[in-house]
Amino acid sequence: MSELLQFVFSGITVGAVYALVALGFTIIFNASGVVNFAQGEFVMLGGMITVFAHAAGLPLPLAALIAIVVTAAVGVALNRLAIEPARGAPVVSLIIITIGASIFIRGASQLIFDKQIHSFPAFSGDDPIHVLGATILMQSLWVIGGALAVFAGLWLFFTKTLLGRAVLATSNNRMAAQLVGINTKFVMTLSFALSAAIGAFGGVLVTPITLTAYDVGLALALKGFAAAMLGGMGNPKGALVGGLLLGLLEALTAGYLSSQYKDAAAFVIILAVLFFMPQGLFGRKSTDRV
Amino acid sequence: MRISGKYWTLIFLAALIAVTPLFFPSGYYFRVGSLLFVNGLAVTGIVVLTGYAGQISLGQAGFAGIGGYACALAPVHWGVPPALAVVLGAAVSGVLAYLVGRPILRLKGYYLSVASLGFGILVAMVLNNERELTKGPDGINVPDIGLRGLLSDWGLNLTNGEFWYALTGICLLIGAWIALNLQSSPTGRALRALHGSEVAASTVGIDVARVKIQAFVISAIYASVAGSLMALQNKFVTPDIAGFLHSVEMVTMAVLGGVASVPGAILGAGVLTLLPQVLTVLAEYEQLILGLVMMGVMIFLQEGLVPSILRWFRGRDE
Repeated sequence: MSELLQFVFSGITVGAVYALVALGFTIIFNASGVVNFAQGEFVMLGGMITVFAHAAGLPLPLAALIAIVVTAAVGVALNRLAIEPARGAPVVSLIIITIGASIFIRGASQLIFDKQIHSFPAFSGDDPIHVLGATILMQSLWVIGGALAVFAGLWLFFTKTLLGRAVLATSNNRMAAQLVGINTKFVMTLSFALSAAIGAFGGVLVTPITLTAYDVGLALALKGFAAAMLGGMGNPKGALVGGLLLGLLEALTAGYLSSQYKDAAAFVIILAVLFFMPQGLFGRKSTDRV
Repeated sequence: MRISGKYWTLIFLAALIAVTPLFFPSGYYFRVGSLLFVNGLAVTGIVVLTGYAGQISLGQAGFAGIGGYACALAPVHWGVPPALAVVLGAAVSGVLAYLVGRPILRLKGYYLSVASLGFGILVAMVLNNERELTKGPDGINVPDIGLRGLLSDWGLNLTNGEFWYALTGICLLIGAWIALNLQSSPTGRALRALHGSEVAASTVGIDVARVKIQAFVISAIYASVAGSLMALQNKFVTPDIAGFLHSVEMVTMAVLGGVASVPGAILGAGVLTLLPQVLTVLAEYEQLILGLVMMGVMIFLQEGLVPSILRWFRGRDE
C-alpha cells in the first residue's frame, strides 16, 4: 500500500510538469493551430537560466523570475521570427519549423551554457515528509501547487478578463475576432509569451527534483504532447487531466512493470488514443467546412 | 524519339553517379557517396509520402531501424542470407506501416506525424532495451552481404568502397525510377489530388484512406531498405539508426531540396550528407546550423531549393 502511494506521489509530481507542458501546447495550438515541438525547450530554458543566474550570485527567486521573463521573450521571438513569416504554410512546414526551432534552441544552449547536468537547491529544504509510510519531497508539493496555481490563474484569465476572452475568441475564429476589433496579432504574441512562461515556470519548479541539462527539452515536449493528445488537443482541462494521468501511468509502469520501458508509456498512450479515441478524453469532434 | 522529363532525370542522375568517381581524390569519397545514396533512397520514400500525399511521418527512422536490425539478426538467428534479410525487413516494415497507418490515416492533419513519432520512438526503445536480442545501445555486428565475393568470382574485382558505391547507386536509381513512375500513375495522381483537397479527392471517387496507406507503406519500405543497406555497408548497426533525430534529419533532407520532386529531395539528401563532412570543424555548431536551415528553408523557400531556384530562373527568362 505504501509502495503504491509512493508511486502515486512521484507520478503526480512528474504529471504536474507534463500538465504544464501540455497546457503550453494547448495555448499555442488554440491561438495559431501550430503544434509547437519547441515547447519542451521552454522548460529546459527555465531551468538552465535559473541555474546560471543563481550561480552568478542572484538570489533564487530573482533568478527564477529572470528565467521566466527571458524564456517568454524567446517565445515571442519564435512567433515573430519563425511562425508569423510562415503564416498560411501547410501543417508539414509549421511542424518542421518548430522542430527546427527546438533543435536550434538546443544547439544554442549547448554553446551558451554547457553540456553538464545542473540543479539548484530545493525551495524549502530537502527533508521529505512522511505520509502513511510513503515519503514526498517538499519540492514535489511546490511543483503540484505551482501547477494548480497556474491552471487556476489561467482559468480566471480566460473567463473573467476581457483580454482572456479576446484570446478565446481568436482561437474560435480568427477572422471573426479580427472583425470585432480584436488585435489578433497581439493575441498571438501573448499566447506564445504565456506558453513559454508557463513552460519556464515548470522548469524552475521541477529542476531541483529531476535536474536539468541542455538536452532535456525534446523528451518533455514529446511527453507533454502525449498528455495533450490524451486529454484532447486544444482543451486546457484535458491538458491537466492528461498530464496527471500520464505521470501516474509512467510511475506505475516503472514501479510494477519495467523501469526500462517507463518512457514507452507515453508513446503507447499516443498510439492507443489515436487508434481508439482520436479526439482524446475531453476533445470535441471536429468537422470541416469545404 | 522524344524522351520524357522523367527519363532525363534518371539519365542525369545515372550519369552523375557514374562520372563523379573519376574526380574522387581518395577511396574515402566512395564511402561518402554511398552514404549519400542511402540517404537519398530513404528521402525518395518521403517524397512519395509527404510530397505526393501531403502526409508527414516523424518515424521513418523506426523503419530504417527495422531494416537495419533485420540484416543483423535474421542471418544469425534464422540463417536467412543477408540479401534476403533486406527483403524480410522491408516486408516487416511494410506490414507494420499498414497496421499503424490503417486506423490513423482515416484522420486528417498532424495525426500521422504524431503516431509515427510514437511508433519510431518505441522501435528505438525496444532496440535499446532488448539486450539479449539486439545487444542494446552498443550496437551489433552485421554479416557481410557476400555479393562482392560473388562478383570477384566472375572476374569483377571491386574495392569495398567501390562495391558499395555501385550497389547503393543502383538501388537509388531503381528507387527514383519507381517513385517517378508512381508520380504519373493513377495512384500517384490520386495521391496528389488528395494533397490538394481530401474532400475534393473523395468526391471524385478516390478512396482517400486507402491511397494514403499505400503511400505510407511505400515510404516505410524505402526507409527500411535504406536502413538495411546502411547496416550491411557498415557491417554494424546501433539503435541510433531508429532515433528521433534520424527521422527529423530525413524529413529535413526531403524538404530542403524540395519534397515534391525526386531530384530535389535527393539534392537535399546530398547537401545534408556533405555538410557535416565539410563542417567537421564546426561540429559544435551542427545542431545550431541544422535548426537554422530547417527554419530558413520552410520560411523563405517553402517549396525547397530545387523548385524555388527553378522558379527564379523561369521568372528571369520571362
